[in-house]
Amino acid sequence: MAWLTATRWSPYAVGIGIGILSWFTWLISSKPLGCSTSFARTAGMIEKALRGQSAAQRLYYQEVQPKVDWQWMLVLGMIIGAFFAALLSGDFELVWVPSRWATAFGSAVGVRLIVALIGGVLLGFGARWAGGCTSGHGISGTMQLAVSSWISAICFFIGGIVAAHLLYGLLALGG
Amino acid sequence: MRNRTTQLLQGLGFGILFGFLLQKGGVTNYNVIIAQLLLEDFTVLKIMLTAVVVGGLGLHVFQALGWITLNPKPGSWGRNAVGGLIFGVGFGLLGYCPGTIAGAIGNGYLDAAIGGLVGILIGAALLAAYYPGLKRGIFLQGNFGPQTLAQLLKVSPWAVLIPLSTLILLLLYILERAGL
Repeated sequence: MAWLTATRWSPYAVGIGIGILSWFTWLISSKPLGCSTSFARTAGMIEKALRGQSAAQRLYYQEVQPKVDWQWMLVLGMIIGAFFAALLSGDFELVWVPSRWATAFGSAVGVRLIVALIGGVLLGFGARWAGGCTSGHGISGTMQLAVSSWISAICFFIGGIVAAHLLYGLLALGG
Repeated sequence: MRNRTTQLLQGLGFGILFGFLLQKGGVTNYNVIIAQLLLEDFTVLKIMLTAVVVGGLGLHVFQALGWITLNPKPGSWGRNAVGGLIFGVGFGLLGYCPGTIAGAIGNGYLDAAIGGLVGILIGAALLAAYYPGLKRGIFLQGNFGPQTLAQLLKVSPWAVLIPLSTLILLLLYILERAGL
């Protein structure tokens, strides 16, 4: 069972695993793997709790209802699954600032959190604008050959590659 | 309600497996994702493209056998290109995406749990607030509906899938040869 405690698996083994997993989500649950809708539902639940029914009446939350569904449980399960995978290999660690970030921009927690927050806002806004994320469009939609998903996935990476290069190219501390 | 409980438990089970795979693949780690976007290490694309080949071939066999009905998302240039680029900038700044951030939280990464997660929820809520205007406006620009590449090219799905899978395998081979 050494493979269960290995820190990393071959990306091809993981890709084959995710491909086969997607067969079974369709066969058993009639659902594609996807994540970002669950964040929109959660945002709706929070807004409803804070502002009451006026939030629930928003057109968006009538189309994407603020409730727990199959995909919401999927995302919850992902946290648990990654936790166990990390625990088994001793890879679980509480880290505020990733090492690559710290090398380039220093180890100040506040700076990292602010950039992560801004990145998160754009990510959540863009995912719901595009109607999916790296899973829903990037994996599940592209394998269905959806035009919408191929355009989205290509734009995710164009935007990400440009932003990462600008950030690390222009702003990183010397070297 | 029994059906609903079953669905929810299935979702949870699939999620545990998905999260487990993502963590073992290394993509719950900021360093791995940012190295992909900086084009230094292609782990993220290797995982995604392998999944697309394996998943795509299987799903189209199941659909041909009548076991499942695929459900490609509708879209438009205004939705997918513009939204995709906004997402991409966020992806580059945050270094996680909505799926891998769930795994990153499980992995113990606090910039994901505190900064990123809160940001995604704010971003999703903002989109919900602006949705009615966007839906009537830019989302309609260059609309193409729930089309597939096969329908666009007026060919069978296999005429797209087989060359596409071949191309992906060739690209993966080239990446390995190049040591990326």
